[in-house]
Amino acid sequence: MEDFYRELIIERYKSPHYRGMLDPHDFSYEDDNPACGDHIKIDVRLDENNVVTEALFSGEGCAISQASADLLIESIIGKSVEEIKALDKDHVLENLGIELGPVRLKCALLPLKVLKAGIYGLGDQKTEE
Amino acid sequence: MAPTVKAGFNIQQIREDFPLLSREVRPGVPLVYLDSAATSQKPAVVIEAMSRYYQDMNANIHRGIHRLAEEATNAYESARQKIADFIHASSPEQLIFTRNTTESINLVANSWGRTFLKGGDLVLLSEMEHHSNLVPWQILADQLSLRLEFIPVTPQGLLDLDVFHQLLEQEPKLLALTHMSNVLGTINPLEHMLDRAKAAGAVTLVDGAQSVPHFPVDLSRLEADFYAFSAHKMVGPTGIGILYGRKELLEKMPPFLGGGEMIKKVELRSFKTNDLPHKFEAGTPAIAEAVGFGAAIDYLSQIGMAEVEKQERILTGYALERLSGIPNLHVLGPGIEEKGGVVSFYLDGIHAHDVAQVLDSEGIAVRAGHHCAQPLHTKFNLPATSRASMYFYNTPEEIDRLVEGLHKTKSIFA
Repeated sequence: MEDFYRELIIERYKSPHYRGMLDPHDFSYEDDNPACGDHIKIDVRLDENNVVTEALFSGEGCAISQASADLLIESIIGKSVEEIKALDKDHVLENLGIELGPVRLKCALLPLKVLKAGIYGLGDQKTEE
Repeated sequence: MAPTVKAGFNIQQIREDFPLLSREVRPGVPLVYLDSAATSQKPAVVIEAMSRYYQDMNANIHRGIHRLAEEATNAYESARQKIADFIHASSPEQLIFTRNTTESINLVANSWGRTFLKGGDLVLLSEMEHHSNLVPWQILADQLSLRLEFIPVTPQGLLDLDVFHQLLEQEPKLLALTHMSNVLGTINPLEHMLDRAKAAGAVTLVDGAQSVPHFPVDLSRLEADFYAFSAHKMVGPTGIGILYGRKELLEKMPPFLGGGEMIKKVELRSFKTNDLPHKFEAGTPAIAEAVGFGAAIDYLSQIGMAEVEKQERILTGYALERLSGIPNLHVLGPGIEEKGGVVSFYLDGIHAHDVAQVLDSEGIAVRAGHHCAQPLHTKFNLPATSRASMYFYNTPEEIDRLVEGLHKTKSIFA
């Protein structure tokens, strides 16, 4: 296998563990990277303590964006919304286990961006209530 | 079978002229540079000409009385003359040095456009325009309430001339069109289109960023009122480009940027503009870059643009033949008859970024994305494509390496 893509990335791209949609869900958000057309949608279910019980992603794009989404979801199940808010770029790169140039970094970070936007949208709704 | 390069065109010698072409991308992995439509590599003569300018004669131009200023001015103006001769412009004062094609088009939009266009006027563009020949007109259309219409691109990647002829009946004030598409490689039938547009009363602007570097362009035979191109895509430096304009139009246009050099006389509340071309060259220009541009023109002239075109056709034909042999690979745009050295393609089920990344691991530089032509990708319903673009310094062996790289990409993502 090539050093630029770990076996894990190719494997998760080809056979993701968390692809799909959740209905009903507690929040759902989607966004894309217009430069390359990567698209990610994430659906999340929370328990009463705002801890992620289930999450799935859908969308299309390059191997990095799709594998990054799959690995991100794996890493947030059982985490609270507050814990997820604290996740950053390093968490995504740790999941992927490779270094990325600036263009590919955008692909890798799209799922986290979508997830956080979903969470902050959730926060807004709660404040409104 | 890889085509043999004909005698007289010494490809080995040419490759040696470009220091960067012999570098390894990573230890043991030689570079295959197939991204010349983005920017070309530079021969040592261009790099040395710029360096020599700084070492031997650096001074500000036009105003100085001293010897260095005189030499620098001569170097700058002789570059303008060389470029004028290269595109068969009738006089050098019709050539304005800008930063690049984009700035050239923005100059026309802001100076000519703001003066001679008014609300409701029609500007005719095409669906294959690069963002640089699209966004300046969108900005202007917003501000002046202009109408924009687009010549459609057919599924074969050609402009729909029937629709073009119909659109001309709406009497557009301007036709702004690319000579060659940077995505499809399509070389547009410019002579015919400009003639028809002129007959319909339109002013014409041509984006020549992909044409002037790759085949002979003769402005004495084209009805182009404005013609824009960049040095960096034609073995010259970044940061300098040309706007050619018809003299009568340039004379009627107000200045674009104000400052030193573009004036003849300044008072506290008024100024008088300088003569062409200086009227449009405010401030200290990119002098070393102009000198480098001149050296690039000398270099290309020595090879001959007809020869450049011929070598690229051989390479493009070979690339199309080899790529068409790869299952599930689709090439965009027309066949070799209407195509320059730009081959954009996609592989079923594999994102362009992944293609470019695997190719990079093999030392092969291609472009992946929408190549600054997003509406065209939307039209063909493609999020992103990969683009291999060639120049006369590429070889059939490099195409072979591209093909090997693509087979490898497929085996990884199969």
